[in-house]
Amino acid sequence: MSAILAAVLLPISIALVFFYAPVDEDGLNQKIFYFHVPIALTAYACFGWGAWKGLMHLWKGKPGADLESYVAIHLGVIFGAMTLVTGSLWAKFRWGHWWLWSERQLVLFLVLFLFYSAYFMLRYSVEPGPQRANLCAVYSLFGVILIPISFLAIRLANQYIHPVAFNRHGPQMAGSQFFTFCVCLAAMLALFAALYQFELAGKRLDARLRELRELLA
Amino acid sequence: MSTEEKYVAAAYLVVFAFVLVYFLIMALKLARLEREVGELAELARKRADG
Repeated sequence: MSAILAAVLLPISIALVFFYAPVDEDGLNQKIFYFHVPIALTAYACFGWGAWKGLMHLWKGKPGADLESYVAIHLGVIFGAMTLVTGSLWAKFRWGHWWLWSERQLVLFLVLFLFYSAYFMLRYSVEPGPQRANLCAVYSLFGVILIPISFLAIRLANQYIHPVAFNRHGPQMAGSQFFTFCVCLAAMLALFAALYQFELAGKRLDARLRELRELLA
Repeated sequence: MSTEEKYVAAAYLVVFAFVLVYFLIMALKLARLEREVGELAELARKRADG
């Protein structure tokens, strides 16, 4: 279902970005915003979902929650990498720099990205079993604290040059731009849901095959 | 193509490339799983034949 939704929404979102949303005073470069921001929000959603599954593992001991947490974090890192690359491309044209260390939001997003990238080092340095699952769940929960900090960093900063598309008065854009943004966000979330189910099915199949191989050996 | 257009095209191509590479890796993994299923089926058949 999510795969169908993603397959339908992605082409629609690209068509809306290039043929419906107007080019504003920022120029054509602003078109990167429609994919960059939804990808960043999806990365937050992935990490949040991974942490939620980690909590479910620790709290209720839900079977499979550890694997679900791992897959969500894996996808979060992929979406995070896409955020950093698309953001750098936007910044190179707009600011003349690929990266600015003075920008709190960029640095905090990088910290969040590196934190969850290190999750894999932890996971693969411990033998599979309940101890690894518990450690990974706790780690995923610690990382989730960085999400609101990263998200709110730009609003807490006194001086910034990173543009603010949303503030307390709502979206700072035309209705057609906001509509395009919402479709792009829905497309990215649908893409995440589809990839999540796809990867999870592969991992479960892999685990069952391993079990079967041990039984037949 | 202007510099601005090149950056916009690059940003969208990067997203496309990421998703494409992801699917490529998943397809390779799926092929491995398919091969393993075949091997296990063969093993089970041999066991059944005695």
